[in-house]
Amino acid sequence: MNILVCIKQVPDMESRFKVNGTGDWYDEADLAYRMNEYDEYAVEQAVQLKEQLGNQPEITVLSIGADRVGEALKKALAMGCDKAVQVQDNDSARKDPWQIANIIAAYAGDKDFDVIFTGMQSQDRGSAQVGVTVAELLGHNCASTLVGFEYADGVVTAKRELEGGVKSVVKVPVPALVTCQLGLNVPRYPTLPNIMKAKKKELQLVPVASLLKEEAATGTEKLYPPVKSGGGIVLEGDLGDVADRLLGILKEKTTVMK
Amino acid sequence: MKALLVCEQREGKLLDTSYELVAFAERLGAEVSLVLVGKEAQAPQVAGKLYLADVDKYGEYSPELHKHIVVAAVLKENPDYIIFPHSSYGWDLAPRVAATLRVGQVSEVVNIVDGKLEVSLCNGKLRRTVSPKGARAVLTVQAGAFNYAGQKSGAPQVEAIEISQGSSALQFVGYEPAEKKEVDLGRAEIIVSAGRGVGKKENVAVIADLAKAFGGELGASRPVVDAGWVGHSHQVGTTGQTVSPKLYVACGISGAIQHLAGMKKSDFIVAINKDKEAPISEAADVMVVADVLQLAPVLAEKLRAA
Repeated sequence: MNILVCIKQVPDMESRFKVNGTGDWYDEADLAYRMNEYDEYAVEQAVQLKEQLGNQPEITVLSIGADRVGEALKKALAMGCDKAVQVQDNDSARKDPWQIANIIAAYAGDKDFDVIFTGMQSQDRGSAQVGVTVAELLGHNCASTLVGFEYADGVVTAKRELEGGVKSVVKVPVPALVTCQLGLNVPRYPTLPNIMKAKKKELQLVPVASLLKEEAATGTEKLYPPVKSGGGIVLEGDLGDVADRLLGILKEKTTVMK
Repeated sequence: MKALLVCEQREGKLLDTSYELVAFAERLGAEVSLVLVGKEAQAPQVAGKLYLADVDKYGEYSPELHKHIVVAAVLKENPDYIIFPHSSYGWDLAPRVAATLRVGQVSEVVNIVDGKLEVSLCNGKLRRTVSPKGARAVLTVQAGAFNYAGQKSGAPQVEAIEISQGSSALQFVGYEPAEKKEVDLGRAEIIVSAGRGVGKKENVAVIADLAKAFGGELGASRPVVDAGWVGHSHQVGTTGQTVSPKLYVACGISGAIQHLAGMKKSDFIVAINKDKEAPISEAADVMVVADVLQLAPVLAEKLRAA
């Protein structure tokens, strides 16, 4: 069996974001980057599948971006992936989901992956498109938003998360692509021996131009912080004082304080 | 401008998001047609043409077939926009339709600003306007962002739609109902919710005690539920419950867009957070800048003394 995991490196969401000089993206300087949270579940599920199948499958982990994505790839290798592919692109933030999906599909096209794992969305863009689009481009079966994954005899039994706590169960024959939701599993922490081992694993570099033949289908016009609705009262200072002022406001403005 | 709205039903019931699509199309000023894999009895009660495919024939969840049904409606109607709810159904189906039509997709539209589609990114800390490059585009619309204020009394003009593709490789096994509810947040007048900012499971008790002092119920954001600190029935947000109590107190919740969509219709919102700039401040009537673990016991004591 041949497994692919697609991961993205994203800024830490706790960061303070600044708009860049051209006003169409955030300034990437001074940001700390990490593996997209959803993709950690994708990596973990791939490694669990490999373990279930007696460690026979080979897992390739792929990321698109500048050299900094090597850190995210190393983490995935330390979690148990076998080899890494960096699609080199210093301008990946400007690629739209359609182009990103086309890059991945172009890479995967001739490699006969049986199962492809992606996160259900990225924490920065949150478009929830790339995984499903890759499946469409490759003609693979696809199930999205997984909170449960089982594999037996060439069929993935997927538990999809719907709204209001309801789930739906679907059976998906391979080749299949699944997109992973938070809570699917418990992503492992790389151990020190595995971090050391990961350093010896293969990292393949592929220039983006060799894979991307598509123009963007959408473009960012302008990026800006949300307009504050205003009118919100800000309270800060001594705790007892803040508590008194808050309760005063609640008595005045709501009907629920007796 | 023409918009084709992809409505959603589950187990014989039309989902309300279908009406939110109508509200969004009205904001766009678009002429509306609809498509539904369901039954005529569930048809949205609005004017316009409804392309109806029989759910008994094409399946409750059969994305391959649903994709071909939407594409067939697109070929008949020739819309500028094909619009889905940004829900588990839309996430799954919209990219399939966009890829088949080879058109761009703009996900989770939250607003229309100067005629441009606005979307949120980085947990609501930034916004951007996005333009599709081609003449036609697929859109998904954030749940709760557009309210339908019109009457639900129109009658669509129903046209049955059939496709030649008959089978799907995916086999829908069935639904698994939500866990038994420990709490019914939908009926609570006061909800006090714990977020990732409370730090660890033991600290949830501090927030639960504040909820009790308020005479309210304990809510939670998704990370708190995923970590197993509280049960799923406490979860507020698009994948949990959408609530609108008279008072909502968000404790250590940064305000991810999925959480905001689930609580922003509350009558009065208090946020307690160390970070004044946290996105929750956008929705809050009162933003308390404090460590909630220190403030909550003080507040609970004063509530009990009052």
